[in-house]
Amino acid sequence: MTFSPELEAKFARLVTHYPPGRERAALIPMLLFAQDEVGAITPEVVQEISRRLKVSPLEIEEVVSYYSMLHKEPRGRYHFQVCTNISCMLLGGAELFEYLKEKLGIDNHGVTPDGLFSLEEVECIGACSWAPALQVNYDYHHWVTRERLDRLIEDLRKVS
Amino acid sequence: MLYNEPHPLEVRVLTRRFGLPNSQSIDTYLATDGYVGFRKALEMPPERIIEEVKISNLRGRGGAGFPAGLKWSFVPRESPKPKYVVVNADEGEPGTCKDRVLMENDPHQLLEGMLIAARAVGAETGYIYIRGEYRYIIEILDRAIEEAYARGYLGRNILGTGMNFDVYTHTGAGSYECGEESALLESLEGKRGQPRIRPPFPAVSGAFGCPTVLNNVETFCAVPAILRDGGAAFAALGTPRNGGTRLFALSGHVNRPGVYELPMGFNLLRMIEEVGGGIRGGRKLKAVIPGGTSCPILKAEECDVAMDFDSVAKAGSMLGSGGVIVMDETTDMVKVAVRVMRFYQHESCGWCVPCREGTIWLRKILERLDAGRGQPSDIDLVAEISRNMLGRTFCPLGDAAAMPTISYVQKFREEFEARLPKKVAVETPLVVV
Ligand SMILES: Cc1cc2nc3c(=O)[nH]c(=O)nc-3n(C[C@H](O)[C@H](O)[C@H](O)COP(=O)(O)O)c2cc1C
Ligand code: FES
Repeated sequence: MTFSPELEAKFARLVTHYPPGRERAALIPMLLFAQDEVGAITPEVVQEISRRLKVSPLEIEEVVSYYSMLHKEPRGRYHFQVCTNISCMLLGGAELFEYLKEKLGIDNHGVTPDGLFSLEEVECIGACSWAPALQVNYDYHHWVTRERLDRLIEDLRKVS
Repeated sequence: MLYNEPHPLEVRVLTRRFGLPNSQSIDTYLATDGYVGFRKALEMPPERIIEEVKISNLRGRGGAGFPAGLKWSFVPRESPKPKYVVVNADEGEPGTCKDRVLMENDPHQLLEGMLIAARAVGAETGYIYIRGEYRYIIEILDRAIEEAYARGYLGRNILGTGMNFDVYTHTGAGSYECGEESALLESLEGKRGQPRIRPPFPAVSGAFGCPTVLNNVETFCAVPAILRDGGAAFAALGTPRNGGTRLFALSGHVNRPGVYELPMGFNLLRMIEEVGGGIRGGRKLKAVIPGGTSCPILKAEECDVAMDFDSVAKAGSMLGSGGVIVMDETTDMVKVAVRVMRFYQHESCGWCVPCREGTIWLRKILERLDAGRGQPSDIDLVAEISRNMLGRTFCPLGDAAAMPTISYVQKFREEFEARLPKKVAVETPLVVV
């Protein structure tokens, strides 16, 4: 399979960051960056990275299953990650998560039929002092309220 | 970007450039004493650098509070192996969001801290292991690294001194356990984040089996000021054996949650009242987790405590990662205990049995207590399972799950008891012959 020239350049740099013979160290960054471009850790991605790093597909599967950000199934174009951990919970994070489930009509790890939105309950994302917080893909949203969620979803629907 | 207003009671050493225009750029950094500490370090023998860090009483900001200078002194400089500097930017402890603002607002301060450490132990390569969710910060750091190369602060023959040092960012991909130092090193090598048996400690055998200095972001960020102004000046900001300031991430039921830089030893009640603006809605304080969810909870009456490692330990908890989680009188402690255990159960790597099984059982029992389906013996069972985990796990994640849980059931036992189902009279079944 082929990656974009930008990703190829990134990969080429990445493997030089580690001591000779230790190129496997690039595995997790490569998986995450490839996933960002392809949309999921597909069997083709595993094969390709296996070939490049000389790590067996089985060993890659082992790694993929460990890390919560790596996933084999595609997600929505906008992946909502709602923190319900302690600081967010104290300020309504769990209720926001329930609200989103209802609003989007999907469960935890679900994807809307149009492929636009997906939802995940996540652990602390490092925004505790500005809680409740969530991430849409990699973008942070702080002090989230139902109204702000409504507006955000409306805006995202409009741009797509 | 700053997400909360600074507070006048703050003592801004590590955050001194926050809010300056282009605080991320090397020009701003250089115009405000940037890389001055490193330039000084270049003129000092390595032992003197470590001595200065020891004098500063800087203790690790990642959670355990181990003296940084002492840790650096364990690195065998004479070893023929390459040495590494590794930054722990995994920031996964619930309640903690301070490393994020340090990297976002002043990335060069972190790079300078790494350079000084590299100089002290003779390292030529550094990695910043950063949690995958912090993607935009990786971009900020990569830009700062590029600037530092362009100006001769990184790379070959740094500032004409013959010193070499390369720095790379390295992304994680979602795992709390990868913040544990030995699991982090496994992850850095492209593996599952399972902890390593210790000893040997990373100082002797760390990244790629080589001697490694591994510290938290904030620990490294304190080092430039220590070299610039002297270790004694930094030490004087704090309390005995607890040098300097630290960033507290105040969260929960306060009027002004935020990340604030305060001297070590700052009183917790005062932090809540004056810096945090008191409890929301004029309610009463019920309890505080003083340093992230791995720390035992303090009841309101235990909160008149100086926030340094030793004082908080004396009060029966830990200063931890500086995540101060404030709860008002309406807080349901059973729900808190359940949510915290769900976290540890989810994040337990499964490598060792007491942690894997212990967290699963604790979660199940706590959930059934919360749902009103518990048995009277469950409360003691929670405490007993937790106690049996203590000290019996491969890495401290098991302790981090067990210690706070013991504190919840001990200190708020009546709330757990109130959740027990009322005794219902069992009807005698009709015997149908
Ligand atoms: C389960 C677990 C998670 C941890 N997560 C972090 C973390 O996210 N960031 C961090 O700096 N230290 C974390 N630590 C502490 C590290 O193991 C290590 O002590 C620390 O990074 C050393 O740096 P310091 O001495 O500067 O604090 C964690 C420890 C455990 C047991
Ligand atoms: S607890 Fe939600 S961001 Fe930390």
